[in-house]
Amino acid sequence: VFEKSFLLLVAFWVFGGFHAVKYIFIMFSSHRHDDLKEMLDSNKDSLKLEAMKRIVAMIARGKNASDLFPAVVKNVACKNIEVKKLVYVYLVRYAEEQQDLALLSISTFQRGLKDPNQLIRASALRVLSSIRVTIIVPIMMLAIKEAASDMSPYVRKTAAHAIPKLYSLDPEQKDQLIEVIEKLLADKTTLVAGSVVMAFEEVCPERIDLIHKNYRKLCNLLIDVEEWGQVVIINMLTRYARTQFLNPNINEGGSGDKTFYGSDEDEDEDEEEKEKKPYVMDPDHRLLLRNTKPLLQSRNAAVVMAVAQLYFHLAPKAEVGVIAKALVRLLRSHSEVQYVVLQNVATMSIKRRGMFEPYLKSFYIRSTDPTQIKVLKLEVLTNLANETNISTILREFQTYIKSMDKDFVAATIQAIGRCATNISEVRDTCLNGLVQLLSNRDELVVAESVVVIKKLLQMQPEKHSDIIKHMAKLTDNIQVPMARASILWLIGEYCEHVPKIAPDVLRKMAKSFTNEEDIVKLQIINLAAKLYLTNSKQTKLLTQYVLNLAKYDQNYDIRDRARFIRQLIVPTEKSGALSKYAKKLFLALKPAPVLESPFKDRDHFQLGSLSHLLNAKAGGYQELPDWPEAAPDPSVRNVEVKESVRAVGTVTHRDTGALWGPQRMEGNSASGSESSSGSEESGSGSESEESKEASESEEEEEEEEEEQKKKKKKDLKKPKIKFDSLGESSEEEERKHQRKSKPRKSESESESDEDEESESESSQSESEDSESEAEVKKKKKVQTRVNYRESAQQQGASKTIIRFKKAGFSFLSNAHRSLGVFLQTIAPSSALKSYELLHRITGEGLSVEYCFSRQPFSPDANMVAVQMQFTNSASSDTKNLHIEDVKLQSGMRVKEFPEIELLPAGETATAVMGIDFCDSTQAANFQLCTHTRKFFVSIQPPVGELMRPVFLTENEFKKEQGQLMGMNEITEKLTLDVKCRNEHAIVQRVTTAANLSRVPCGSDKECRFAGRTVTSGSLVLVTVATKEEGAAQLTVNCEKMVIGTMLVKDILQALTQ
Amino acid sequence: MIHSLFLINASGDIFLEKHWKSVVSRSVCDYFFEAQERATEPENVPPVIPTPHHYLISVLRHHIYFVAVIQSEVPPLFVIEFLHRVVDTFQDYFGVCTEAAIKDNVVVVYELLEEMLDNGFPLATESNILKELIKPPTILRTMVNTITGSTNVGEQLPTGQLSVVPWRRTGVKYTNNEAYFDVVEEIDAIIDKSGSTITAEIQGVIDACVKLTGMPDLTLSFMNPRLLDDVSFHPCVRFKRWEAERILSFIPPDGNFRLLSYHVSSQNLVAIPVYVKHNITFREGSSQGRFDLTLGPKQTMGKAVESVLVSSQLPRGVLNANLNPSQGTYTFDPVTKLLTWDVGKINPQKLPSLKGTMSLQAGASKPDENPTINIQFKIQQMAISGLKVNRLDMYGEKYKPFKGIKYMTKAGKFQICPYNTPFTGFSLTVLTNQIHVFR
Repeated sequence: VFEKSFLLLVAFWVFGGFHAVKYIFIMFSSHRHDDLKEMLDSNKDSLKLEAMKRIVAMIARGKNASDLFPAVVKNVACKNIEVKKLVYVYLVRYAEEQQDLALLSISTFQRGLKDPNQLIRASALRVLSSIRVTIIVPIMMLAIKEAASDMSPYVRKTAAHAIPKLYSLDPEQKDQLIEVIEKLLADKTTLVAGSVVMAFEEVCPERIDLIHKNYRKLCNLLIDVEEWGQVVIINMLTRYARTQFLNPNINEGGSGDKTFYGSDEDEDEDEEEKEKKPYVMDPDHRLLLRNTKPLLQSRNAAVVMAVAQLYFHLAPKAEVGVIAKALVRLLRSHSEVQYVVLQNVATMSIKRRGMFEPYLKSFYIRSTDPTQIKVLKLEVLTNLANETNISTILREFQTYIKSMDKDFVAATIQAIGRCATNISEVRDTCLNGLVQLLSNRDELVVAESVVVIKKLLQMQPEKHSDIIKHMAKLTDNIQVPMARASILWLIGEYCEHVPKIAPDVLRKMAKSFTNEEDIVKLQIINLAAKLYLTNSKQTKLLTQYVLNLAKYDQNYDIRDRARFIRQLIVPTEKSGALSKYAKKLFLALKPAPVLESPFKDRDHFQLGSLSHLLNAKAGGYQELPDWPEAAPDPSVRNVEVKESVRAVGTVTHRDTGALWGPQRMEGNSASGSESSSGSEESGSGSESEESKEASESEEEEEEEEEEQKKKKKKDLKKPKIKFDSLGESSEEEERKHQRKSKPRKSESESESDEDEESESESSQSESEDSESEAEVKKKKKVQTRVNYRESAQQQGASKTIIRFKKAGFSFLSNAHRSLGVFLQTIAPSSALKSYELLHRITGEGLSVEYCFSRQPFSPDANMVAVQMQFTNSASSDTKNLHIEDVKLQSGMRVKEFPEIELLPAGETATAVMGIDFCDSTQAANFQLCTHTRKFFVSIQPPVGELMRPVFLTENEFKKEQGQLMGMNEITEKLTLDVKCRNEHAIVQRVTTAANLSRVPCGSDKECRFAGRTVTSGSLVLVTVATKEEGAAQLTVNCEKMVIGTMLVKDILQALTQ
Repeated sequence: MIHSLFLINASGDIFLEKHWKSVVSRSVCDYFFEAQERATEPENVPPVIPTPHHYLISVLRHHIYFVAVIQSEVPPLFVIEFLHRVVDTFQDYFGVCTEAAIKDNVVVVYELLEEMLDNGFPLATESNILKELIKPPTILRTMVNTITGSTNVGEQLPTGQLSVVPWRRTGVKYTNNEAYFDVVEEIDAIIDKSGSTITAEIQGVIDACVKLTGMPDLTLSFMNPRLLDDVSFHPCVRFKRWEAERILSFIPPDGNFRLLSYHVSSQNLVAIPVYVKHNITFREGSSQGRFDLTLGPKQTMGKAVESVLVSSQLPRGVLNANLNPSQGTYTFDPVTKLLTWDVGKINPQKLPSLKGTMSLQAGASKPDENPTINIQFKIQQMAISGLKVNRLDMYGEKYKPFKGIKYMTKAGKFQICPYNTPFTGFSLTVLTNQIHVFR
C-alpha cells in the first residue's frame, strides 16, 4: 500500500496539483473509512478506483466494509468500467445486508438490460440476479424472461445462470421458471446448453419430460459444449436414460444390481430367462453412448469421470471396458483427482473386476504417494486379486510392509487378510506370512497382524494350534491393547487346542490385570470364564482372583461384567437356570467374520457423485432410477418438425409473452394444445395472432369474447395499416371482412401452419449470421403468402414482420412488446382491458375473464377491485363457484367474491373481488372451484393498476414533486409515436397505462398526472414534457422505487408506439 | 454449486475469501483445520470433508489450500478440476501462485474469480477469453494505470466466446509468426535393487507455444503414431480426424497451451536411461552404517543425462551422514532425515558415486527398513519412447510461419526400491521352521 500510495502521491503531484495530494494525506488519516468515503465522493475516476480496490481488498480479507454501502452504491453508474465492476462485486457481497439501499442501484441495472452492448446486458442481468433482495423478485423474473429471448446467446446463457439464483431466492417462482427453462432447453447453441441443463438440475430435476424433445439435440451438441456444461449434461442424461431405456445387460443375467463375484454361475442360472425376447438397443440409447465416448479423451478429469460413470451405469457389459484406460490415465493427475478417481475405481472393480485387471500395475503404490492414496490403491489391488494374480499382488504387499508409513502398513496387513479370506488357495500362504510378521520389530505391525490372524484363524482353528501357541508367547512383549485383547480372545476361544498354555497365560494376565487397558481386562475376564468352564481344576482360583480384582475396578463395565460372569459360571445355590447353559453360552461356535470391501454396494449411488464419495446421501442428490421393466414410448423423443420448430421459433425470438404474466394461466403450459392457447393469450408475435384466429374460427358462438378480441386486433392493426397497401379499409369494414372470411380461414388453417413452420424454421438458427438468411426466407414466405391471402389483415401482419426484420433483430423484441402494449392497455372507447383467467377449454366449458374495474373496492379501500366475468359455455350447469386455497406473498390479502350458487349453461355472471397486492406486481394465486373441479389460476396486476387517481392542483403537484427528488425521481427521454403527438393522445395513453388522474396545467407542453398507490398511499407523480418533433421527457416521482421504475417502463412503451 | 472459496496458507491463516452466493461464515473452515490436524502430512488432508451443513472440497497447490464450500450434490471432480484451473490461471497471470502474489494482486484475483464463476457455476475458464476480459498485470501497465486511471478490464465481450472456436481470441496479429512444440516425456518407474524393472511407463505431453496471425488451421502428424496408447486432447483438437487418420488437426489457442498428453503403453519395453548400484547396510550392535551408491547411464542413445538429483529418505535412526561425493554436492537434513545429492551431469567415463558412513543413534536397534531412492534427471533432444513428429502444416493463412520442435525426457516418479524381488518371505518352509523353534 505504501508503495502504491507513494506512486500515487508522485503522480498527483505531477498531474493533479496540490488539491489531489490532499486526498493522499486523507488516506492515512485514522478515521475509519472516512478517507475511502471521501475518495469515492470525488469526481476523479482514479481516486474512486483506488478506493474501490482497497475496499475489495478488505472484502477479500473478510473485513467488514458494509458501512461504506451508501458511498459505494452511488458509483454504480460510474462510467469507468473497472470501477463499475468493483462496485458490482461490492454490491453483490453486501446487498443482502442492506436491502433498502441496494434498491437504489436497481434502476441502473434495468437500464443496463436494454443496452445495445450484449456484454453490458449480460453483466447487468448477472448482477441484478445476484442481488439477493426478495423485493426485486418480480423485476428479476421480468429480466430473466426477457433475456431468455435475447438475440445474443451470451445473454441467454446469463439468463440460464440467473434461473437458479432466482429460484433459491424465491422457490414460489418455480412454475414460471420452468417455463423459461423449457424455452431455453430448446435453444440450439452450445453456449446455452450447459447452463440451462444446470438450471434444470437445480430447479426441476424431476421434470424429465422436458428433456424428451431436446434429447437428441443435446446428444449431438455435447461434443461442442464447454467442459463444465458437458459434465452436467452427461450426468443428467445418465439419469434420463435410466428412465427411458431398457437394461442392455438384461439377457446376460448380470443386471446392474447383482454382485459380480461369481459372474460365471450367474449365467447358468439365467439359462431359463434367455427365452425372453432378444434385447435390441434403442437407437437413442446407442446415440448417447456413441456421442459420449470421444469425451473420454477430454483433458478435464470431471468430463472423463462423467463419461465413465455413464458407461458404467448404461453400457452393455461388453462395452464398459473402454473406460478403464481413461480412468487409469487420470491417476497421473493431481492427488485430489487420484483420490476421487480411486474411490470410484474401487467401487467399479468390485463389480467389473475384469475391466481393470490389465492395468493392475498402474495401481502399484509409490513411496511418494500420500497415505490416503496408498490406502485406496490397496483397496483396488485387493479387489482385483484373484487366483492368477495373487502371487504378484502378495509380493507387492510384501514390499509395502517395509514402508515407513505405519498407517499404510496396517492397511496392507488388513488387505492381506482380505485376500486370504477371498482366495482360499492362498489362505495358508497369507497366514504364514502374517505369522512371520509377528516377529517384526515394529509393534504396530505385530499388533495389526494379530488382529488379522485372529480373524483368519476363526475360519479353521483346528489346523492352526501352532500359531495360537506362538501368539500366546507374544503376550509377554506386545503392548498394543487391541492386539493383546485379540490374543486373549483367541486363547480363550480355542483353549481346548492349547490346554497347557492357556492357564499359564491366564496366570500371567492375572498378575498384570490392574495395569491393563479396559479392553484387555474384559478379555481377561472372558478368558478366565472360558477356562473355568473347560478346565476348572487348574484355573478355579485364578478365575476367582481375577473376578475379585474386576469387582473393584474403576470401570463400571468391567465391574458389571465380573458380576454377571460370576453369577453365570460359579454354581451357587441361588444361581438360576442359566448357569446350566453357561458352557453353551460361552463356547458356542462363532461365525467367522466376513472381510469385505467398504466399497461393496456403493454403486447404488451414481458414480462420480459426492454422495458416492461420502457413501451418504448429500443434499440435492437425485437417485439413479432402476431400469424400467418395459421401455416407455420412444416416440416422445421424435422431434416433429412442426411442433418443436415452432416452439423454438416462438421461444427464441418471439415469445415476449413473458412480459405479460397476468394474461397467462398457470395450467396452460401442461399440454401442447393448451400452450398454443397460452401463446394466444400472450398475443404478441404474429404467429400467435394467427393461431388466435384459427381458434377463434372454431369459437363462433362466443360472440362477446370475440368482440373484445377484435377490438384488440384493431389496435394491433393501427401500426400495421400504414404499411398496408389495402389499408384504407375502415375498421368497420375490416370487421365484416373478417367475419366473412372466417370459414375460409379455418380451411386455410393448414396453410397458416405451414407458414408458421417455415417462419420459425428460419428463426430457429439464432446465430446472428443467419439473420439475413432468415430475412430472405421471410420475404419469400410473405410473397407466397400474399398469393393466396387477400385478407388485408394478414398482409399487414406479415409486412409488419418485414419491417421488424429490416429494422434489425435487436428491435424485434421491442416491437413485439409494443404490440403487446396495445393489446393490453389501449382499449378504444375507453373499454377496460380484460384478461383471461380461465380458458374455455381448460375450464371445461367455464371461461373466466377479469379486468381491473378501477372502481374503489368498497369493503376495503386498500384493495384493488377485480371484476370477473364467468361464462358457462358448457352444456350443463355449473354450481357453487367460489375461491379456495389462496396463496399469497406475505402481506397480501384477498377479499373473495360471494359464492355463485348456480351458473346455468350458456349464461354469464359477474362478480367483484378485492386484492391487496401490497404495492407489488406479485401474482395472487388461488383455486377457482366449481362443484366438480378445481382450477389453479393467478392474477398478476400490471403496475398501472396498483394505484388510484388523486386530484391535485398544479401547485400541490409541484410542491409534492419537490419533495420526491433525487433517487425518487426517474427521468427518461423518448420520442413520441407519430400518432401520439397531441395532448389528447398522450393523456389517453397514459391514463390507459396507469390508473392516474390528470392534473390541470397551464402549459400545453406539459401533461401531469397524479395518483396514490392503493395499499400504502404513496404518491405517484407523472410528468410528460413534450418538445419539438416528438421528442419528450418522461418524469416519474414516486417514493416506491420499484413501482416507479416499472411504471416508467410501461408508460414509455405506451407512448413510443 | 460452489458457494464460497477460502484460501488458506501453510500456517492456517485464511487470507482470501470469496462468496458467490450468500455469505458463508469463515468458521466453516474450522472443520478443515480439524481434519488438517488429524492428518499427519499436509497432503493427507482428505479432499472432501463433510460438515453438518456444508461440504468442503479442497486442493493443495504451492502450499496453499484452496477450500471450496459446497452445499449440495455436485460431482467432486468437477470442483477439484475447477480449483486446479483457478490455480493454473493465477499462475498464468502472475507467473507464480504464491500467497504473496495473490495478496499483491488481490483485485485482479477477485475480478478473475468473478468472471470464472457465476452463481458457483463456471462461466469463463479459457485463458484466452479471460485475458481479453481482464488483462494480466505487468509492471508497465500497473504504472500507466496508476497514473492515468485507466483500467485492466476489457470493455468488449471477447469475441471468441461467441464464435465456433471459443478458445481462440480474434484479431491476433504478430510480426514474427512462430509455432513451437515441446515434446516432453516422463518416465515413471519402479526398479528393484538388482536393476530389473518392476513397472515402467512413459507419460508424454506436447506443450505448444503458438503465436500466429489470424485463424491458422494446423495439422501435426507423427512418424509413429501407433506408439500413443492413450491420449487426451485440448478441446481444439478435432477428434474425428485423429480417430480416422491419426493426425492432430486443430485451430490453436493463442499463446501457450497443452495440446496433447499421452501415454505410451507399458507393453512396449521402456528403455531405462540410468542405472543405480547401491549398497546401504547397517550392522547390529554397531552405531555405524555404510552407504555406497554409484550411478551410470544406460540406453540413452548417446545423449547426456543431465540435472541428476538423487534423494532418499534415510531411516529415523540415522543421526548424521558423512559422505564423499565424487562430483556434485550432497546435503543431509538431520530433522527430516532427507538425503539429497545434486549430481549434475553424468560422465560415462567417470561414473559419479557417493560413499561414506552414517552414524546411528547409540543403543538404538538396527533400522529394519532400507531407504528407497528417488532419482530425477533430464535428457535433452530425445523422446525416450521414440516418438517423432513428422511434419507440421498450416492452412487458412498465407504467411510462412517459423516452426520448431523440441524433445526432452525427464524422470517422473522414478524410484529404486531397496529389495530384490521376488521376496522370499512368504514361503511355507520358513514358517514351519519357525514354528519348530517355538516348540
